[in-house]
Amino acid sequence: MPKPSALSGRLYQTVASTKFWRGVVATVVFIALWEIVSRVGISRVPAPSAVVLTFGDLMADPSYWFSWYLSMRRVFLGFFAAMLVGIPLGLAMAVSKAFYGTVFPVFEVLRPIPPLAWVPAAIIFWPTQELSIMFVTFLGAFYAVVINVIDGARAIDVRYYQAARSMGSSGWDIFRRIILPGTVPSIVVGATVGIGIAWAVVVAAEMISGGGSAGSMGGAGGGLGFFIWNSYVGGSYTQIVVGMISIGIAGYISSALLRKLGELATPWLREQ
Amino acid sequence: MTVMPLPQAPHPSAAASAQRAATDTVAEIEVRDVSKSYGAAQFAKTVVRDCSFTIDRGRLTVMIGPSGCGKSTLIRLLAGFERPTSGTIRIGGKSVTEPGRDRLVLFQETALFPWMTAYDNIMFGPRARAEGGADARKRAELLLDKVGLGAFRRKYPTQLSGGMQRRAELARAMINEPKVMILDEPFRGLDAMTKKLMQEYYAKLYEETRRTTFFVTTDIDEAIFLADRILVMTNVPARVRAVLEVNLPRPRRLEDVIENDDANLIKMQVLSLLHEEAMKSFAHGSKAAADFIDAYSRRIRKPS
Repeated sequence: MPKPSALSGRLYQTVASTKFWRGVVATVVFIALWEIVSRVGISRVPAPSAVVLTFGDLMADPSYWFSWYLSMRRVFLGFFAAMLVGIPLGLAMAVSKAFYGTVFPVFEVLRPIPPLAWVPAAIIFWPTQELSIMFVTFLGAFYAVVINVIDGARAIDVRYYQAARSMGSSGWDIFRRIILPGTVPSIVVGATVGIGIAWAVVVAAEMISGGGSAGSMGGAGGGLGFFIWNSYVGGSYTQIVVGMISIGIAGYISSALLRKLGELATPWLREQ
Repeated sequence: MTVMPLPQAPHPSAAASAQRAATDTVAEIEVRDVSKSYGAAQFAKTVVRDCSFTIDRGRLTVMIGPSGCGKSTLIRLLAGFERPTSGTIRIGGKSVTEPGRDRLVLFQETALFPWMTAYDNIMFGPRARAEGGADARKRAELLLDKVGLGAFRRKYPTQLSGGMQRRAELARAMINEPKVMILDEPFRGLDAMTKKLMQEYYAKLYEETRRTTFFVTTDIDEAIFLADRILVMTNVPARVRAVLEVNLPRPRRLEDVIENDDANLIKMQVLSLLHEEAMKSFAHGSKAAADFIDAYSRRIRKPS
C-alpha cells in the first residue's frame, strides 16, 4: 500500500462508524429475505445463492466478459463522441448569441425525443448495428453534456469578466483562462449525468436491436443488455439477475472513474 | 501597546482646508456633471444625477454615503464597465470609454479566479498582456511576500481566509501598476478583527506607494482612518453633498481616529450630513434610510 497509515486510518474510521454497520446489516437482511422468499416459493425470482453459483460459472466464460467489453465499448465511444461534439457546441452556444439563436431551436426540438425512440431510425440510417447502438448512447450523453456546458458557461460571474478585462485580457485569452476553466465543473456534472444515461440507453438498445453485429457469438456475445434478454428468452433466470447486477457494477465503475477524473480536472474544488 | 503622543495637526475648519487643498493638487480623475439612468425613457430610474468631483493624484479619496445611494454605479462608470447617460469622466486627461488597466477595481466580494492559485491569479494581468516573463514572475513573488502570502502561493482562493483573499486581490491589482486603484467597500463582510488589520495594512500600503486611490465605504471610522479627503454623498440619485479634508498625520494608527480631536470633529460632520440625507429619504419612505437612521441616530447624539 502506498500510504498505509492514512489509508488504514480512513478504513478504520469507516469500519468503526455506526453508519457503516447499519448499511452492512441492512444489506445482509435484504439478501436473507430474498433467499427466504425464493426458497419458500412465494416468488419465481431465483435465490441469491443460486445467482452466486451462476455468477461463479460465468466468470470462467469468455463470452460473458465479451458482453462486458461490448457494452463498455458502446457506452464509452458514444460518450466520448458526445463530449467531443457537445463541449465545443455548448461553449459556442454560450459564447455567441447568433450561434445560439441559430442552433438552440433545432436542439430544443430534437431534445425531447427519447434516445430509445431513435433506435429503429438509427438501425436504418447507420451502416452497421454497432454504429447504430453507439449513436443512441451518443444521443443519451449528448443532451446532458450540452445543456450543462451552456448553463455552466453562462453562470460564470460577470465580475470575473470585468476583472479580466480590467487587467488587459480580451477575446481568446478570456475564453481560454476564464470561460473554459469556469465551465469545467459543469462539464464534469454533464459527463457524470451523461454516462449514466448512456448506460441506461445501451441496455435497452441492445435488447431492441438484438445485440448488434456480434450476435453470431451466440447468446452471450451481444453486450450485457442482450445478455439479459437472451437469458430471458432461454429461460435462465439466474443469468438474468447476474446480467442485472453486472450492469449495476459496470455503471458504478464508470461513474467512479469519471468522478475521479472530474476531481483531477477541478483541483480548486477539492476540500483543503 | 504604548500610546505615543500624537503630533497635533493644525485646527483649520474642514471646509477651509478643502478650498486650500483644491488649489495645489492635480486631478487624476475628473467626474463632471455625470448622470446615469437605467430603464426606458419614461420609466427611467436615475441613480446618479449631475455628479461632479475630482480625485487628486497621489491622494486617497474616500467616498461615503448611505447604502444604495449609487456608489457602486459610480464605480462601474469609473471602471468603464458602463457609460454615463450624460456627462464626462476623464482619467489622466483621457475620456473613459472602456475598461483599462490604468484603473483597477477591487470589488465588494472577492473576484479572484477560483480556478487559479494565488500565484496564477497575481500573474493574470502580466500574462494577459504577454508580459509573463522572468521579470513579472519576480515581481509576483515579491508581491506575494509583501502581502504576506508567500507560503500560500500554490493555494486556491477557497483555501484562503477572507483577509488573505483581499490581500491576494490587492497584489493581483498592484502588479499591473495601475494609475488609480478603485476599491468598492473592499473590507465589507470581513470579521471585525480582520477588518481592522486589513485597514491598518492597507493604510501602510498606501503610505508606501502613494498611489492614487478611490475608496468607497459606508463605514465612517474606516473613511476617516484612511482618507486624505472624504466625499460625502447624497442619497439616491447620488451627488456629492460635501467634501471634507482629513489632515491627520501619516503614518496613521487606528487609535488616532478615536483620540484625535480633528478626527472626531470630522466624524461628527460626516454623521450629521449622512443623517440629514437619510432623513430626507426616510420622508420618502425608503427602507434603507429607515435602517440607517436606526443605526446612526443613537451614535450621533452620544458624544454631545
